[in-house]
Amino acid sequence: MSEEPIISAKGLSVDFQISGGLLTKNVYLRAVNNVNLNIPKGSFYGLVGESGSGKTTLGRAFLKAVNISDGEVKYCDEEVEYDLKTLQKKQLKDYRKRAQLIFQDPYAALSPRMTVRDIIAEPLEVMGLTSTREETDERVREIAAKCRLNLEHLRRFPHAFSGGQRQRISIARALVSSPNFVVADESVAALDVSIQADILNLLKDLQTELGLTYLFISHDLSVVAHICDHVAVMYLGRLVESAPTRVLFDAPRHPYTKALLSAIPSLDPDDKGNTLKLEGEIPSPTNPPPGCKFNTRCVHAIDICRNEEPKLEHTGDRHEVACHHWSELFET
Amino acid sequence: MTLLKVEKLTLQFDTDEGRITAVNNVSFELEAGEVMGLVGESGSGKSVTAKALMQLNPGNAVYGPESKITLTLEDGTVDVLSLKRERDMQVIRGGAVSMIFQEPMASFAPAITIGDQMVEQLMLHTKMTKKEAARVSIEMLDRVGISDASSRFKQYAFELSGGMRQRAMIAMALSTNPKLLIADEPTTALDVTIQAQVIDLMKDLVADFGMGIIFITHDLGVIAQTADKVAVMYLGNIVEQGLVRDVIRDPAHPYTRGLLDALPSLDDLDAPLIPVPGDIPSPLERPQGCVFHTRCSVAEARCSESVPQMTTLDKEHACACFVEVDKRGAA
Repeated sequence: MSEEPIISAKGLSVDFQISGGLLTKNVYLRAVNNVNLNIPKGSFYGLVGESGSGKTTLGRAFLKAVNISDGEVKYCDEEVEYDLKTLQKKQLKDYRKRAQLIFQDPYAALSPRMTVRDIIAEPLEVMGLTSTREETDERVREIAAKCRLNLEHLRRFPHAFSGGQRQRISIARALVSSPNFVVADESVAALDVSIQADILNLLKDLQTELGLTYLFISHDLSVVAHICDHVAVMYLGRLVESAPTRVLFDAPRHPYTKALLSAIPSLDPDDKGNTLKLEGEIPSPTNPPPGCKFNTRCVHAIDICRNEEPKLEHTGDRHEVACHHWSELFET
Repeated sequence: MTLLKVEKLTLQFDTDEGRITAVNNVSFELEAGEVMGLVGESGSGKSVTAKALMQLNPGNAVYGPESKITLTLEDGTVDVLSLKRERDMQVIRGGAVSMIFQEPMASFAPAITIGDQMVEQLMLHTKMTKKEAARVSIEMLDRVGISDASSRFKQYAFELSGGMRQRAMIAMALSTNPKLLIADEPTTALDVTIQAQVIDLMKDLVADFGMGIIFITHDLGVIAQTADKVAVMYLGNIVEQGLVRDVIRDPAHPYTRGLLDALPSLDDLDAPLIPVPGDIPSPLERPQGCVFHTRCSVAEARCSESVPQMTTLDKEHACACFVEVDKRGAA
């Protein structure tokens, strides 16, 4: 892993229009708000948060699958450098093969009418990366083998496969265009635990083999803890904490991160150690609270938290946190 | 008092591709005030087993001739599988037995207010007047931690957040004062922080109401925190059962051990994730002998030939595995 970022975002915001039109006032929802984040080349970067925190939207912004309303996002690899906000049509087409997405639900992501071979080959044909059928077949077989798919299965249809095998097919499809940057959005959430471990190991192996950089979006902190080297935590469209995995799990600084960690049910029946319980739920992004977005659920909230939004501060080696009193909390 | 007794439950489905075995020779008991976890992966038959308790399985379900489900209530016992008429089933559908589903949005009618749905259920199962039913419903909503219950009572399911909806679902399930509550993945669709709240709520409710709960989940952490005992299912069979402590600390069946090894643990971040090799076989190709032998690391020749029976290892801890029973010795 190098220090150089493959993706760097500065003040990135994404808005969605939720109502408005010809006669009514336009109302926007800010799903991602002023996010600064660098994803180093070759990293397994984790992004966690509850539903509604904006993690999926952020991932899509990096893929240029949603419009970037404000701020800038840069993509940079050995060959090209793109400013995602002002990408031209031709560049966008090129970017599509460099940045890819692995979906959550392997049952919904694969067309039931196409054979596995056609599913994996489709990106190659659409992007015009191969010129002959032989070349396409060769490339499909190569990536299928890397994703540990049985080559005899290429002629079958997706319904014949289990969840784990289907997810391997979607991974092969995402990787067939040889991307550098891959967004894995809840890619193991729909899988059973016994299969989940297999897919996680595969993602890790493929990273080493193909030199990939992942943005791994998940709500499951224990999975993120095991596979990612750096983790960013989001809450209501903001980045609230970001740190190397071990640091984040050993010494979380934001009260929200602490609460998230203590909410994971322990495997030990006698461990009743859930001392930090969050009350209430994540507020609606259409009507976010003023000040720190977490103040409505935070036990440490004082006046300043309700009025002034905390900035993301560097608090140590690659550790950033957005909280007004992280240092007092850290000492206690 | 034994509240529920399931004996030799076998359940098959008639499909175009043949008769599929979904549940095979499953037996367990549940006391009042006890929480039993039913753990397994998708396709293990845990939901189908739970639905059998309320006869909610579709018309192509065929029960084995020896299958018997007995529910002991204050005014006598009910032989669940012998109930034929819809009217007779009212007692097990929302009366003495209630169910909480995984996706609360899909379980509430979208065009009827939460309150009207709760009132309708109470009037169907009790002799309450509409006014009394409304009062009881609002009390129940308040009890499960929904603030401003009387105005929530008049709202529709889509107006509530996910956690709120699941609370309303729990309130509705408990308002008829059931003796047995079946919770089918009640926290799976929720965020961890909300899951922790719902787990706490359910623990409180067992203590207050003293009903028996069957808690279905694929998450062993949730089981460890909620259940008293647990049954692990694989491909329609219970492969191991016992007190939660015993099963999680000293898992006997290779499948249970595999599940625990595959689980990422926060205590040791360097521990490798060990998947259970292979995939779950299709129910159309049920393996001969022990159903798990195709993925088992300790399988021997006999495992593919004959079916291991549930054998007691120690007090309430039982497991169906030739190799492990030989190693530990039957009690």
